[in-house]
Amino acid sequence: MSDCHGCAGCAVAAGPPRSRKALPPHVVAIIGPPNSGKSTLFNRLTGLRQKVANFPGVTVEQRIGRARTKTDREVIMVDLPGVYSLSPRSEDEQVTRDVLAGQMKGIPKPDAVLLILDCTNLGRHLVLAAPILSLKLPTLVILNMADDLHSRGGKVDTAELASELGAPVALISAAKGDGVEKVFQFMEGTAAGTTSLAAPKVELPVLQDIPRCRQWAHQVGTGAAYQAPAPPLWTRRLDAVFLHPIAGLAIFVVVVAGVFQTIFSLAKPLMDGLQAMIQVSGQWITDTMPPSVFRSLLVDGVWHGVGSVIVFLPQILLLFLFIGILEDSGYLARAALIADRTMAKFGLQGKSFIPLLSAYACAVPAIMATRTIESKRDRLATILIAPLMTCSARLPVYTLIIAAFIPEHHLLGPLLGTQAGALLGLYVLGFVAAIGTARLLKSSILKSERTPFMLEMPPYRMPTLRSLGLRLYDRSKIFLRRAGTVILLVAVVLWLMLHLPLQNGKAPAIGDSFAGMIGHSVEPVIKPLGFNWKIGIGLISSLAAREVIVGTLGTIYSVEGTEESAGLRQALQSELTPGGAVALLIFFAFAMQCMSTIAVVRRETGGWKWPAAQFAYMTALAYVCALITNEVVRSGVLTIAARL
Amino acid sequence: MMQLSVNKELNGAQNGAMTPQTLAHLPQGEAGVLDRLDLPEDIARRLMELGFLPGHVIVPARSAPGGEPRVYRVDGSEVALRRETAARLILRPPSKGAAKTHKL
Repeated sequence: MSDCHGCAGCAVAAGPPRSRKALPPHVVAIIGPPNSGKSTLFNRLTGLRQKVANFPGVTVEQRIGRARTKTDREVIMVDLPGVYSLSPRSEDEQVTRDVLAGQMKGIPKPDAVLLILDCTNLGRHLVLAAPILSLKLPTLVILNMADDLHSRGGKVDTAELASELGAPVALISAAKGDGVEKVFQFMEGTAAGTTSLAAPKVELPVLQDIPRCRQWAHQVGTGAAYQAPAPPLWTRRLDAVFLHPIAGLAIFVVVVAGVFQTIFSLAKPLMDGLQAMIQVSGQWITDTMPPSVFRSLLVDGVWHGVGSVIVFLPQILLLFLFIGILEDSGYLARAALIADRTMAKFGLQGKSFIPLLSAYACAVPAIMATRTIESKRDRLATILIAPLMTCSARLPVYTLIIAAFIPEHHLLGPLLGTQAGALLGLYVLGFVAAIGTARLLKSSILKSERTPFMLEMPPYRMPTLRSLGLRLYDRSKIFLRRAGTVILLVAVVLWLMLHLPLQNGKAPAIGDSFAGMIGHSVEPVIKPLGFNWKIGIGLISSLAAREVIVGTLGTIYSVEGTEESAGLRQALQSELTPGGAVALLIFFAFAMQCMSTIAVVRRETGGWKWPAAQFAYMTALAYVCALITNEVVRSGVLTIAARL
Repeated sequence: MMQLSVNKELNGAQNGAMTPQTLAHLPQGEAGVLDRLDLPEDIARRLMELGFLPGHVIVPARSAPGGEPRVYRVDGSEVALRRETAARLILRPPSKGAAKTHKL
């Protein structure tokens, strides 16, 4: 019964309503090879009632959801990582084994297993049935993609297969929802304890011997009159275009540029709208509340602090929408294939391409997306360089400083002005720093044999709205939770630091506040970069998130804290030298000013070692480059002044 | 792994000084039968899980623009490999090519 305690704990953590009959929840694990439609089925069964976290102590994502059977029994569903076998060579396989054996902390031993296989490729997928059935847990063998099997002329005798395996078999289409009721019926049976284990007709093979297992699968398939479907013609036709030596490359460039362009142009009006809403509602609160310390905390601290981050939600959701479409349609695997050669030149591989592309929006999802890279060293290298790519949080900072210090001239006629050119230059700078660092890492501490690149090409499929919607819902939840916790905390702490210690019962001048004291104390360190103590406060507050510096400087100079504000621009022009301004841009290009990124790197690398090293490296790089920039610009300005 | 090394000896004895053909040499669209995987065990096992098993038929399909990596049709699915990996997958001499295949 101790299991029930553990599982009650996990149920409370997941926040479900208590089972009405007070029965212990029924625990069902879903397992299947990659590309078997496992997540689609999981979403089908649980809908929005799911939670994403990590398995304790490892970087493997844990998805737990809840479903309810017709008999009104609460079922806890555990989605296991996609694996081909249970031999514990990767973290994914180890986690799968531990969960199924009931040895994973916080997760009770499953009462039943749903084994999902792609029936258009049953020969290979059935191999996984051997280790699963040998566990002697009640198991439903789910043959997914029934619609594909039938439309391409394949056949299988499910009754015969069930008797061969000694386990019930259900032929379903998780994407269309056909046959999902059979899965519920199975769970009702296992929950009621009426399912009995039958002995398989075909003896299970020695699990460590892959050729034997494959032969066993062949034998079972033949016994069940399995007829493999014809090859996916549409996939071959589409590949003729998408992998065409010229057209394929052109499409790749258009897709990448298109994603990049849309997340900026399409997100802009949405972000502006959100920004305006936050401004207006902040103003409304100011107008309705009597002036007080509390109102200042609420409006200046909480509302604008959290608001400045929530503004990025549309952009992040758009990025995930595109990645979702690319992934669900099957094009993502082709993009990784096309990018592999170029990535290999920097010591990385094709699978690093998508995380690095995502890092243009935000390093946090990019680092989470590195999970698809099996090679530990390649994955680590990708995680370490992702924050150097120019993320969207740098944009407000860049825009403000460029507008204040770089006079607008035509560079290439009306096409490209100096300001846009400077912005483009900063993007290139981040990219060059990222690939330079990748080369450095891969030729030193992360040196490895060129890891074999092996990537399964799934057939092309039409992405479903349901799956895309669920992805966006998931991401918004994670993002908003972060804004509501970490960012909120920083906003409140900054506000307090700016308003304490009280002098004669009143908030002090900024220079005398705690924040001011900290700013003054770091001034000697940042002075060589051309920054004064006020910029110092901004730099420290932007450790939470880069864009926070805009709001902070706004507060410090007692002007409106938005990047459009001419007031802040003028204030900066009188505060910063041209050298200091350019140095500030360079500093932001390289420095790891982002708590969320540090937190996600710690989580994904399983400790403080790598985020600490990364933070030190990026800060040192930023400091040295900003120092050099300031000196170069200053002496340049002096030379010009001397000539005049 | 033991079985693989046995295969290696057999192959060496039969072919003598002839260099065995590898998957990297196989032209697009032409079928070859895998004989053995000349790779470290963990990588060989991962490839075997993807269908690259001795005795299986492999057909090279399209490649990325630039010729590399290439997609291979094997055991009902398509898997992309770099040339350097394909060059370590040794094929059976064509004569006994059509021998043992798991067609399912």
